[in-house]
Amino acid sequence: MAITPPENRLWWKEPLHGIETIWITVGFLWGLFMTGMMVYWHMTGEQNLSNEAYRVNPDTYAEKVEAAAAQYTVREDEQSGIPVVHPPAGSDVYMLARLWEWWPILELEKGKEYRLHLSSLDWLHGFSLQPTNINLQIHPNYEMVLTIKPEQTGDFGIICNEFCGIGHHTMLGKMIIVE
Amino acid sequence: MSMSLFRTCPDTGLKVHGPAESLIKANAVVAVVFLALGGLFGLLVALTRWQAVHLLPADLFYLALTAHGADILIFWIIFFEIAILYFASAILLNCRLAMPKVAWLAFILMLVGALMANVAVLQGDSSVMFTSYVPMKADHKFYLGLILFAVGALVAVMVFFGTLVIAKKERTYEGSVPLVTFGAVTAAIIAVYTIASGAVILVPTWLWSIGLIGEIDTLTYRVVWWGFGHSSQQINVAAQVSCWYAIAAIVLGAKPMSEKVSRAAFFLYICFLLLASAHHLLVDPGLSSEWKVVNTSYALFLAVLGSLIHGMSVPGAIEVAQRKNGFTQGTFGWLRNAPWGNPAFSGMFLSVVLFGVLGGITGVIMGTEQINLIIHNTLYVPGHFHGTVAAGTTLAFMAVSYLVVPLIFRKEIMFKKMAQWQPYMFGLGITGLSVFMMAAGTLGVSRRHWDMAFSDATMTFDYPPAVFMIMALNGISGIIATIGGGMFVIVIVASVFFGKKRGEEEVKNNPIVHQGGGTVAAHGSAESLHIPGTIVLVSLFFGAFVLYYFINWKYLSEIWPLS
Repeated sequence: MAITPPENRLWWKEPLHGIETIWITVGFLWGLFMTGMMVYWHMTGEQNLSNEAYRVNPDTYAEKVEAAAAQYTVREDEQSGIPVVHPPAGSDVYMLARLWEWWPILELEKGKEYRLHLSSLDWLHGFSLQPTNINLQIHPNYEMVLTIKPEQTGDFGIICNEFCGIGHHTMLGKMIIVE
Repeated sequence: MSMSLFRTCPDTGLKVHGPAESLIKANAVVAVVFLALGGLFGLLVALTRWQAVHLLPADLFYLALTAHGADILIFWIIFFEIAILYFASAILLNCRLAMPKVAWLAFILMLVGALMANVAVLQGDSSVMFTSYVPMKADHKFYLGLILFAVGALVAVMVFFGTLVIAKKERTYEGSVPLVTFGAVTAAIIAVYTIASGAVILVPTWLWSIGLIGEIDTLTYRVVWWGFGHSSQQINVAAQVSCWYAIAAIVLGAKPMSEKVSRAAFFLYICFLLLASAHHLLVDPGLSSEWKVVNTSYALFLAVLGSLIHGMSVPGAIEVAQRKNGFTQGTFGWLRNAPWGNPAFSGMFLSVVLFGVLGGITGVIMGTEQINLIIHNTLYVPGHFHGTVAAGTTLAFMAVSYLVVPLIFRKEIMFKKMAQWQPYMFGLGITGLSVFMMAAGTLGVSRRHWDMAFSDATMTFDYPPAVFMIMALNGISGIIATIGGGMFVIVIVASVFFGKKRGEEEVKNNPIVHQGGGTVAAHGSAESLHIPGTIVLVSLFFGAFVLYYFINWKYLSEIWPLS
């Protein structure tokens, strides 16, 4: 029994039944396949997270985001008063996370590619773009850069999905996609 | 060591060391107290996320969520695991426990640590969640409590290893240690490097909380913390699989189909799990795709292979034993005629199935580098780990408790009807929690979030309306799970304190240990294995796994292109 020492003292020499060998082989090959699938998706899939990231001082990052916003602000959001920034298609676009907001609101064009920069000025935050459902971990001191290509128009919510204190559930941002 | 410290167990014939028995009792009782406490916090969380009820205000919700995580995921599980380690060493090996005084010191350290962390959380200034990511700061007592607890656990693990050395030296057993003890050794080895990772990150964090260290890098914290946070879950898996084998052996007389295969599967856990912790960092900046793929592919998949092997070995051993016990009709006669009214068996079998289907499959899928983009930090994550830790580990520990009470506490189980229904009730509730959280997560809903309607936010956003119904069903499941958990606590506490003493008559009339035993030929599985039912079950499981894996790639392919 499993609660007593093995009856056969040379248990490691016992032969295996075919069905056990088959199952172990299937499990092993399935693991190989799943590994290959990740590599394959890097080569052919369209949804891969970039490896581009930089060390950045939060103050420096805030200045960059504010400079970009000052250049391309088109209006203010009526509800929140946060500027709506419409950068040129294909350019670098910047957003910051801080307790408890995403700043500014980005207005992007459908079907165009943007280099999106993300970082936090204080704690860890979670970038959850809904309803398309893209979820990223946002750190202070690290500037993440990824290329995104919006595929639908409309207002998209950015929910903070990393707990960041008592105002966490009010931390809601926006991305507007236009034609 | 004087023989007067030993008694002979009338159920098993094993020599039982008195001090070991007392320590098993103490650790198990405290574990159940933390289960009850943590479970109640869990109920408060589920009732708050049920938007129509929305029970707690925000600050208390985050407090309750932190307490729920710490009390269940750390204190209930690890206290119980220490009891399992002492059982698998001193009791199963017929040996005295090494250094009982040191083991009591470990117990006190763990208890003081657990209480200190609970006080810090209940004071309201340590609502930092189980993960306590810097630079969010808890009260220094919170970190110190966790450190004391971890030191205590490490000392207890050393007592376990000391006991193995004594047993070997004093030749208290023949040949190799039993499989269950081997599983416990696996859990203990993983515990050592888990606690080491915990010390590497929690000690500096504590020093930072009292002002002695200036800053802790957030990415470094997450990398090292998960070496602790994830590996500790593998302690649970090793301990819970040991419980599966132990229950199958005690209740049905089941013998592993192959000692070699089952032990190799445990060994895979030891080798690969620490690296696989990287799957928590798949959408973090500053880590390369190569690093992510390497650490989450074969490092993870070889550990998963270990679980896949147990997934056939455990039901296979049960099938072989049942066929030997005379239930040979058809493919599933052995399963239909299993002792479903024995909560030790039903709890164990539900644990095997739910762990594999709810926890196992989903864990592999969210550990896939790209698929993590659609899952990270959504409710899918707690949905997954309620499948592993609640349906898998907790249910397995509950099941084994129905054997610990008569065998170690020497008390008859009280409220037999309630005990009979308990694993089903708890299993149903946890299944609901797991499935509904995963459903809401698939629709993007954030975990650890007080208000998915965003009523206090300056902007507006609406999740798909279905999520409100899903989270209501989640709340109802939480109530069912709480009732199931409450039934467990009532049965166990009542039996331990007021149960009828298990005397000779009870041993004769109500045998706990199956008398058959030895169900496969002595020389491996090669010539005698007949497990058609298990083959069908495993094939169904694998089919569901493959299907659901590709469904998630399909979901991923529908989001915006990223590069």
